[in-house]
Parts: sequence; structure tokens; C-alpha cells
Amino acid sequence: MIDAATLYTLAGVLLFGMGLYALLAYPHLLRKILAMNVMGTGVFMVFISIAYQGPTQRADPVPHALVITGIVVAVCATGLALTLATRIQALTGSARLETDEET
Amino acid sequence: MIFEAAFWLPVAIMAPLLAALCAFLAPQRMSPLVTMIGAAITFVAVGFLSALLVRDGPTRHPVGGWGAPLGIDLAADGLSALMLMLTAVVGAAVALYAYGYFNFPGHNEETKQRYASFWPLWLFLWSALNALFLSRDVFNLYVTLELVSFAAVALTALAGKPDVLRAAMRYLLVSLAGSLFYLMGVAFLYGEFGVLDIDQLKKGVTTAPSLAAAAGLMTVGLMMKTALFPLHFWLPPAHANAIAPVSALLSGLVVKGSFYILLRAWLEIFYPLSHTGAPYLLMGLGGVAILWGSLQAIRQTRLKLLIAYSTVAQIGYLFLLMPLLFVKEQSALALTGIVCFILAHASAKAAAFLSAGAIQLVTGDDRIASLRGLMEMQPLAVVAFGAAGVSLAALPPSGGFIAKWFMLDASLAHGDWLIAAIIVAGGLLAAIYVMRVVAPLFRQPDDAVLHRLTLAPKTMTLSAFSLAVLALLLSFAGIAVMEMLSIGAIGMLGIE
Repeated sequence: MIDAATLYTLAGVLLFGMGLYALLAYPHLLRKILAMNVMGTGVFMVFISIAYQGPTQRADPVPHALVITGIVVAVCATGLALTLATRIQALTGSARLETDEET
Repeated sequence: MIFEAAFWLPVAIMAPLLAALCAFLAPQRMSPLVTMIGAAITFVAVGFLSALLVRDGPTRHPVGGWGAPLGIDLAADGLSALMLMLTAVVGAAVALYAYGYFNFPGHNEETKQRYASFWPLWLFLWSALNALFLSRDVFNLYVTLELVSFAAVALTALAGKPDVLRAAMRYLLVSLAGSLFYLMGVAFLYGEFGVLDIDQLKKGVTTAPSLAAAAGLMTVGLMMKTALFPLHFWLPPAHANAIAPVSALLSGLVVKGSFYILLRAWLEIFYPLSHTGAPYLLMGLGGVAILWGSLQAIRQTRLKLLIAYSTVAQIGYLFLLMPLLFVKEQSALALTGIVCFILAHASAKAAAFLSAGAIQLVTGDDRIASLRGLMEMQPLAVVAFGAAGVSLAALPPSGGFIAKWFMLDASLAHGDWLIAAIIVAGGLLAAIYVMRVVAPLFRQPDDAVLHRLTLAPKTMTLSAFSLAVLALLLSFAGIAVMEMLSIGAIGMLGIE
């Protein structure tokens, strides 16, 4: 049987993979930005599962600090991406990366 | 205090950061002045740091007095000092150019207002790059990678047209995905070895499966950011559509930041995996990048796209010698070659983009076909492009030549004829795409066109020209680079 920490790690890796798939598969920018956040959440979950050191011991605080920093970075990235996406929509009327000639 | 190198580590990061905040808050017409003051202080910091490093050897600064493993240390060795100096010199020339570019008659008020954001963003980028070159902690490196991307994406978007916004968006998405791959690798490293400091990882690593997983994830992530073939697709539109000073920063400096981490990671953390196929895989991709990027560059009809594809090709050279870095006899030579190549490419490529930008402002479009006769109108910009081309094609005397000389020397000594052949072939292809641009410049101009041209200001052509001269002068820097790299020698030199 796999223990809870390993299960969390695997779930994190799975989320990362799902996010990556959505990032590549969906053309709408909002979906891509959401996919990016799902990928990030997957990484954070792996970090959190690493912090677990058994039922009797305290969790390792370092990965928690890393996740908090990572969340701050992810918020900034999402803000920047949303600003760019709204600007693209305002200028071109479409929130996609492909131009008409390509599609 | 000021005669200790460690004092200057935080200054080199904080000075441009504070100046960026001041330039952002200051009234629009004061921004260039604030930028200049911030740049001067950063220059002093980088200068002192490098000089003291030569005198006293590598240095370390535990931020807040905590010290690794709990705290985050800053550190500098010869390689970091070279990268800091490169950033300072190329960045200063680009800033001088940008001043002329923004004051060129013909920009309307709205464009001018948007361009005013260049100054704080450029200082943010500088601060982030300096932090990247001075970090010794794999997680801190992730943060600096993101800071570099944010500043670079915002700078790309400055041009404001739909095309460039799409290119900036694609750049941001690829860059973020790359960072997350890298961060996942960091998680695996921490999970296995319990430390984040590079020097502690260096002592503690074993060939565990998680080391291979971390190496794979981090390498793929950094390949995306460095735009190594086949993950280069985002680079040409972003670098070609940005305004000229930004293109120069992106192609000259930003892609080198992520490569710097890749280089350090392989030399100091992943070295137990050097006997696997991974370095050979990177070498193969580098070889394909050189040939494919050069052929694409030859096919382009737009000047800046040609230069951007040339960057795709030249990035290949950085990876070509990966396996030789782990061969004891060739390691020092290969590393010197790679670092010389970084220096030469940064100055030559920045000079190429800057002179292309000056030519583009004058002719009003970006087609290679409209370059006819510009030698008579803008001789300095044309000479700058030509000299940069000499270095890109690695003809003597130039920084590109000396870098490839070291690379050839290392690969032939090891009997790698294929690598040597690719190095030579890449140089020939580069000569072809450079000639495609240079030839029309010398043709008889069309009189009707020339009469309505406004010339680019001297600050622009002069800064492009001085970077091109630097690219040529680097041909005499080979030994100096080798000596700098021996300060706190990394890689095989350090492990032995």
C-alpha cells in the first residue's frame, strides 16, 4: 500500500500534467492562464507532501515557506497574464493567440 | 567595508531595484536621469565587486546573517562576475541607445508615454539578472528566473501592437511553464537531499532516481526559457516584434540568464549524471539548432526576424560542448569557449539589433529589400552591423572567432570531428545570412527614397557601434576570461 504522502505527491504530479495538457490543448487565453495555475498548484502540492515527516513528527517548515513565496509569484504572474490577455482582447476582439490567417 | 567584495553583493541587486522604484514614481521626464544615477551606482558596485574578486577570490554574503541552510546566501565567483560585467556594459549601451530612440521625431505623444515605462522596467530587469547571477540557492534562482521573465515580457509588450502583444503573451506562457518545470525539479531535489543551497547540494548529491527526475524537469524548463530547439518557437516573434532596444536586451542578455542556471546546475548538481546520455542529447539539440536556425535566418525577408533566427542558431553553440564539460582534460577549455561565446554573442547580437533598429527608424520598414544604399546615409549603423556580423560569423578578429577557436580546440583534442564540423558549418551559414543584409546596404540608393529620410541620432548609432567594437575587441579577452573562470573554479576543476 502507498502511504498518504506518496499519494499526495502523485496527485500533485497528476495535477501538473493535467495543467500542462490544458495549457497546450485550449486556445482561449483565460483557459491557458487557469491551466498555468493548476500546474502551479500541482507543484505546491508536491512541496507540501515533501514537508510531511510522519505522524509523530512536526512537518518541515521550509517547503511551506517555499509554497507561500511560490503563491506570491503565481499571483503576480496571473496578474500580468490577465492584463496582457484583456489588452489583446481589447485590441483584436479575440482572446486567442492564433491570428485569422493561421486558423 | 567597501574593500570587501561581500559588501557589494547586495548593492549590485538593490541599487537597480531602488532606482527602478524611483524611476517608476518620478515624473516622466525625470525617469532617464534617475535611471542614469541608478545605473552609475550599479556600475560602481559591479566594478568594485569584480576587482575585489580578482584580488581576494570568491565571496559569499549570508543575507540577514542567517546563513545556509536556513538562510539564503548570495555568492560570487569568476563566472558570476563576468556575467555581471556583461550585463552592465551591454545594458548601459542599450540604455544610451534607448534615449535617442525614444526622442526620435515621429513618435506620437501616446507612444512616448508608453516608452517612458522602459526605464523602470529595464532597471527591474537589471536587478533581477544581477540577483540571478549572484544566487546560490536553487529556490531563490526560481524567484529570480520569474522576475527576469516578468520584466522581459513587460518590455516586449512596450511596442503595443497586437502582434507584439500576442508574442509577449506566448513568451509569458512558455516562460511560466518553464519556471514551473524548474520548480517541480526543485521539489524533487529538496525531497531527496533536504537542502537548497548549491554548495551543499554539490557535496550531498548521489545518483538517486529523484536526481535524474529533477535533472530532467529542470533542464526541460530551462531549455524552454533559453529557447533551445525544438522549444524555440516563441523566440523569433517576441524578439523580432519588440522595439529595437528591447530586442537587444532579450537576445543579448535574457536568454543567457536561464542558460547560466542550466550551466551551473549541470556542473555543480547534476554532474553524477554526466555519464548518461543527457549531455549528448543537449549537444545534439544544439547542433540541430545551429543548422536549422541558420537556414531559417537565410530564408527571412524581414531584417529583425533574420537576426532573431540567428539567435536561435547561436544558442545551439552554448549546448554543443555539453559532453566535453565533463571530460577532465577538455573541461576548462570547453567552459572558456562557452563563456567567451556568451560574451561575444551578447555584444554582437545587441549591436546587430541596435543597428537594425536605427536602420528601421530611418527607412520606416523592416524589409531587407528596402536596405538599398543605406551605407551612404547611415555609415556608422551599417559599419556596426557589419562588425557585429563578423563576430556572428566568427571571422577573425572577433569575440566569436576566439570562442569558436576554444570550442574547436576542445572538440578536436577529444576527437569529436562531428562537433568541429558543425561549428565550421554554422560559421559559414552565418556568413551567408549576414551577407544577405550587408550586400544591399552597399548598392546604389534610390534617390527619390533617400530625400525623405530623417537620420537616426548619433547616440543611437554610436552605442550600436561601440557594442560592435566590443564584440571585435573580445578576441583579445580569451586568456582573461580563462583566468576569471579559475576564480572559484566550478565544474570538473572544482570537483577534483
